[in-house]
Order: sequence, then structure tokens, then C-alpha cells
Amino acid sequence: MSAHTAVLTQSMDEWQLPDKGKVGMICLIVAEAAIFIIFVLAYIFYLGKSLSGPTPAEVLKLPVLGTVCLLSSSLTVHFAVTALERNAARLSSLWLALTVLLGGIFLADTAVEWHELIYEHGLTIRTNLFGTTFYSLVGLHASHVIVGLGMLSLALLFAVAGKLNSSHAHRLNVLSYYWHFVDAVWVVVFIVVYVLGR
Amino acid sequence: MPPQTAGAMTSDSPPSHPKLWLDAVNEWFTTVDHKRIGMLYIGYALVFLLIAGLEAVVMRIQLAVPNNHFVSPQVFNRMFTMHGTTMVFFVGMPILFGFGNYLIPLMIGARDMAFPRLNAFSFWISAFGGLLLYFSFIGGDGLYGAGTAPDVGWFAYAPLTAKLFSPGHSTDYWILGVFLSGIGSVGTALNIVTTIVCMRCKGMTMARMPLLPWLYLVTSAMVFIAIGPLTAAQMMLGFDRFLGAHFFDVQAGGSAVLWMHFFWIFGHPEVYILVLPAFAFANEIIPVFSRKPIFGYSAMVGATVLIGFISLGVWAHHMFTVGLGPAGNTFFTLATMIISVPTGIKIFNWLATLWGGKIRFATPMIFSIAFLFQFLIAGLTGIMLSAAPFDWQLGNSYFVVAHFHYVLVGAILYMIFAAFYYWFPKMSGRMLSETLGKWHFWLFTIGFHLTFDFMHVPGLMGMPRRIYTYEADRGWAAWNMIESIGMIFQAAAILIFVWNVVRSYRHGEEAGPDPWDAWTLEWSTASPPPHYNFAEEPVVHSRRPLWDLKHPQAPDSDYE
Repeated sequence: MSAHTAVLTQSMDEWQLPDKGKVGMICLIVAEAAIFIIFVLAYIFYLGKSLSGPTPAEVLKLPVLGTVCLLSSSLTVHFAVTALERNAARLSSLWLALTVLLGGIFLADTAVEWHELIYEHGLTIRTNLFGTTFYSLVGLHASHVIVGLGMLSLALLFAVAGKLNSSHAHRLNVLSYYWHFVDAVWVVVFIVVYVLGR
Repeated sequence: MPPQTAGAMTSDSPPSHPKLWLDAVNEWFTTVDHKRIGMLYIGYALVFLLIAGLEAVVMRIQLAVPNNHFVSPQVFNRMFTMHGTTMVFFVGMPILFGFGNYLIPLMIGARDMAFPRLNAFSFWISAFGGLLLYFSFIGGDGLYGAGTAPDVGWFAYAPLTAKLFSPGHSTDYWILGVFLSGIGSVGTALNIVTTIVCMRCKGMTMARMPLLPWLYLVTSAMVFIAIGPLTAAQMMLGFDRFLGAHFFDVQAGGSAVLWMHFFWIFGHPEVYILVLPAFAFANEIIPVFSRKPIFGYSAMVGATVLIGFISLGVWAHHMFTVGLGPAGNTFFTLATMIISVPTGIKIFNWLATLWGGKIRFATPMIFSIAFLFQFLIAGLTGIMLSAAPFDWQLGNSYFVVAHFHYVLVGAILYMIFAAFYYWFPKMSGRMLSETLGKWHFWLFTIGFHLTFDFMHVPGLMGMPRRIYTYEADRGWAAWNMIESIGMIFQAAAILIFVWNVVRSYRHGEEAGPDPWDAWTLEWSTASPPPHYNFAEEPVVHSRRPLWDLKHPQAPDSDYE
């Protein structure tokens, strides 16, 4: 009995629960994932069901540059977090800047792609089911990239102003979860839209 | 952190002079305290309950006699659309989140929710959604022209919602209202999960947590998975209506059935999202008034998790009449029937809790007992409808309407009333009148059974739902008259309830911290609780911490 009580009090002293920020962000990611799943399902369901052209095979090209940039930005944001944890604020802000730059290149790549689709191939959200589902899915993802970039830029702004230190590493880490999620969604979108869907 | 410190400072030093009413209003508008936000949720849901109830009254008057023209068909369409949408999104969800907000931090011994400001945001964004929905009465053009509310039904099937068939903006208000309510729901669910996972007081392991937070944990997890599809579908419909996309545009190759799938992937889990908190109330109330600990705690938790999982795979039983093919019919029939197994486990656990208990028939308990009977019947008609051939015969008939009102009113609303009588003393410091409570219970129960028992019959006789009026020779007239008479009893009971709340808030008997001799942590602090909830953080050694405090000679912790 006494041994049991001792064990109990000891475990009471070490009463530790998961981190709020991480749990909250994971919940948000699950809820967002549900939204994306429905858009992906709609895309797959309507593949090849358009009554008129253009079709994905005719107009879509692999967005290699954007994909490489976005996926590597997951690495750079990770380096930014680990650098900040080691209290290397300058290094961290460099990695942050690189992340924002890579995300920006991805968005620019998407913009160029859309411009080409709209003005050269005449594909808009109204054209056919392909246009409807393509712009919705890729646009939904791009809007998430924009939100993520906004938050990362804010962090970068603080970093440049010299207000970032290791006590903020935890928050930056939670933010990086969101960024990794945005990247993971892109992997799915890339495979469904550009690889299988062509 | 500023809200916490501010709360702690003001609570100990009450203002020496009476507060200006403007200050009081300002406090309510800017509050981030989980108790106040909880009460805001509940108050706002009650207002919408009265409005949506009034819409039901209009429908019952219209249907009381054959060939009636009390309202026009257009108004009737708006009434059933607004009644359904309001009851699900602006009564059911907010009232359950309200109780969750209020009770969960108190029950797990926490100071507040995990994200107090997100909490306030979630409430106000939902409230804005409700206001937008009702603004459509003056701001939106509907199917038939000027100034109307949405009239496409609460599940808004395509292609009726297309720009062509629903011109004007009434459907847009519906989309926006529901969309915003969804954002608020996800925010609150996120908050609830994080609070439960990360903020339990010392010693409160998951296995010692009261069942109410457990069930809210499951229901909130379901919110993430269920509200997402609804939000996505609303976005698609918005794209269709505003940008000319073709998601649900049959002429461009789009599919109306896809909307049904997306809506019900949300819609059926939603039923369980609404009913799990009702189960949660039963799990707290039935043991206290039976003077026994809950029977089968772990079975309850397991059954809840099972319900959560299975409920994600039953949505197409709303679509049997579409023609799903033999594989789809078989799968969804079986999945729907299987969900009655964990539900049955719960009912048996409640019965076993009552068995041999020293039952006190206070108002919260009599509502809970009625809930047990009515939920059983609701479940039985549910099993009947889960059989695809039976559903082909009765899909979209009043039998279905009777079935789901048995769930939503007979089970969920009854447990909400029970929760009100049980926790009102905690929230206000005063008891609700037991005499008025008994009047409320009996009038409402008589009315409920008059309306919804008899509603099954015209359904079996072929009366379709959403019908505006009917011919006298169908044989539905007497049944509909009885249903409408039942409505009068229910309306009277609701008025008594409102009067009870208003009167008891001012003149009710002082409750004290623990009027029911209960066992969970919320009863260990004052009624109403101070801003900081607990003067010192509680430490828990068993599932019934307050029992341990009251009975130091035989604490539960000895038996764990």
C-alpha cells in the first residue's frame, strides 16, 4: 500500500500533459484535412466527366519548379525552428527568409500557370467541370499557402526587428506544423491533379 | 495572459457602487471567460429555440386541417427550411457547446478553456451566422421574389439551389449563415479537445475523467471530420452561385447526387454530434439521482468511441431512395443497424445504474427517465428505417419526420431540459422551481407524445414530408389535428419553462455550492463559481473527487 502511494505521489509530481499549441494545431489540421479530402474527392469524381475541353492532358504541365520550392521550404522552416531552439536568432531569421522566398516562388509559379491556362487555353472556373474542380482545389491550397506565408512573414518581421529569441521557438514550431501540413496537402494535390489526373 | 490576471483581480474586490448597465453589457461583449461564453451560447440558443419553435407552430397550424390556407405555400417552404436550419445549427450546436464551455473546465479542474480568445471568437462568429440567416427575411430575394428567407429545405438539395432555380440571395444567406456557424463549431471543438487533453488538474487521468468531458471529446473529434465536408460543400455551392462553377450543375455534367453525399457525410455524424452531449448529460445526472456510481464506465467510453467511428460510415442511409445499388444498400443498412449495438450498451448501462439505486425523482431525473424511454423508441424506428426496402416505402414521409423528432426532441431536447434543471443552480446560484418544473415536464411530455407518436401514422399512410396541405379524403386529417393539439401543450410547457428560468433567476431558492449532493468537481466550488473557478487547483484521486472529500472514511480511491 505504502509503495503504491509512493508511486502515486511521484507520478503526481511529474503531472505533465501535452502541449496546448501542438494539440490545437493538430486539431485544426484534422479539420482542414477533412475540407481538402472533399475537394480532392470531387476532383477525382469529376475526372473525365467534362462535357467540353480543354482536358487536363491537353493543358496541364508538371509544376516542377513550384513543387521543388514548396517541398524544400518544409526543410528550411524546420531549420529555422531548430536554429531558434539553439538561440541562433540570426541564423533562424535567414532560414525564415528563405522559407518565405521559396513559398513566394511557389505562388508565382502557380500564378504563371493560371495566367497561361486562362489566356492561352481559355480555361476558367466556368469553362467545364475540369476548370471548376481544378481552380477550386488548387486555389484552396494556394489560399492556405498565402495564409501560411502571411504568418511566416510576420515571424520574419519580428526576426528582422530583433524581437525573436529562443523563448519563441515553441510558437514557431507550432506554426511550422501548419506549413508542413500545407506541403503535405500539395503532395496529394500534385499526385492527384498532375500525375494520376493527366 | 491579460484576461486571466484581470479576472482574478476584479473577482476578489466587488465594486462598491452599482455598475452602469452599459458596463455590464460591455463586460458580456468583451468577455473571454468560459462560463460567460457558455451562458452566451445557451442564451443565444434559447432565443433561437423560441423563434424556430414559433416556425413549427406556424407549420402545425397550417397542417391542422385539410385544405388550409393559414399561410401561403411560399411562406410554408420558408418555415420548414428555417425551422430545420435554425434548430440544427443555431439551437442544437450552440446549446451543447454552451454547456460544454461552461462545464468542461469546471469538471476537469481547470481555470478556463485552452484558448479563451478563440473561444470568444467562435461564439461571435456563430452568432453572426445566425443573424445573417435571419437577416435574409428582409435582405434576401427568394424563389418567389422580394424579401424572403431561404426556402430550399434544410438539406438544400441540388439543383434547386442553383442560381437558375433559386434566384435572389436567400440561398446565399443560407450558405453564409451555415458556413460561419461551421467555422465557430470547429473553433469551439478545437478548444474543447485541447482543454480536455492538456488542462486536466493533477491526478485526473483520462480513466478518472467524468464521462461528460469524455463524450464531449468524442463529439468534438467528430465535429472536425463532419463539419469539414459541410464547409467544403458550402464553398462549392458558393462557387457555383457566385463564380459560375459547375459542381452541382447537371447541365454541365455535374452531379446532384454528389451534393447529397457531401451533405449527408456531414449530416449523419451531425446527429451523433448532437446526441452525444445529450448522453453526456444523462451520464452525469442518472448516477447522482440514483445515488450510485455510473455502471460500466469503460463500456460507456468504448461505446461512445465506437459510435463515433461507425457514425462516419452510415450517411447514405439518407439516400436509399436515390438508388445506390445492392452493394451500397447492403453496406449502409448493415452499418446503420450495427450502430444500435453500442447505443444499446449505453441504454443497458443506464438501466443498470438505476437498478437497485435510491432514485430521487427531481425534475432533472424525470426528464432523464423520459429520455430513456423515448430514445429507445427513436432507436427502434431508426432500425426500421435502416432496412433499405422499408425506407423505399417510407423515405421522405412523415414517418421519417416522426422518427428524427423522436431523437431530436424526445432524446436531445429532453436531456437539454434535464441539464438545465441540473446545472442552472450552479450557473445562477438559485434553484429552478420544482413545481413549475413538474408542470413543464408533464405538459411537454403529453404534448410531445400527442404530436410525435401520432405523426408516425399519417407517415405510414403515405403523407409526404414538406407537403403544404392535403385533401380531406386522404384519412390524414384526424391524425394531423391531434398532432397540432399536442403542439399547444408543448408551447405551453415551453412558456412555463421560460417563466421558470426568468422567475427563479431573481427569486429562486438559494442553491449553495452542491444542491444535489453530487460527486464531480464543478460542485466543489461556489454557485455561481468565481472567475478563477477554484481557489486552489484541485488534486484528484478517483472518478468521484467530491465523494472522496465528503467520505474520507471510504473514498473511491481505495477501490481503484
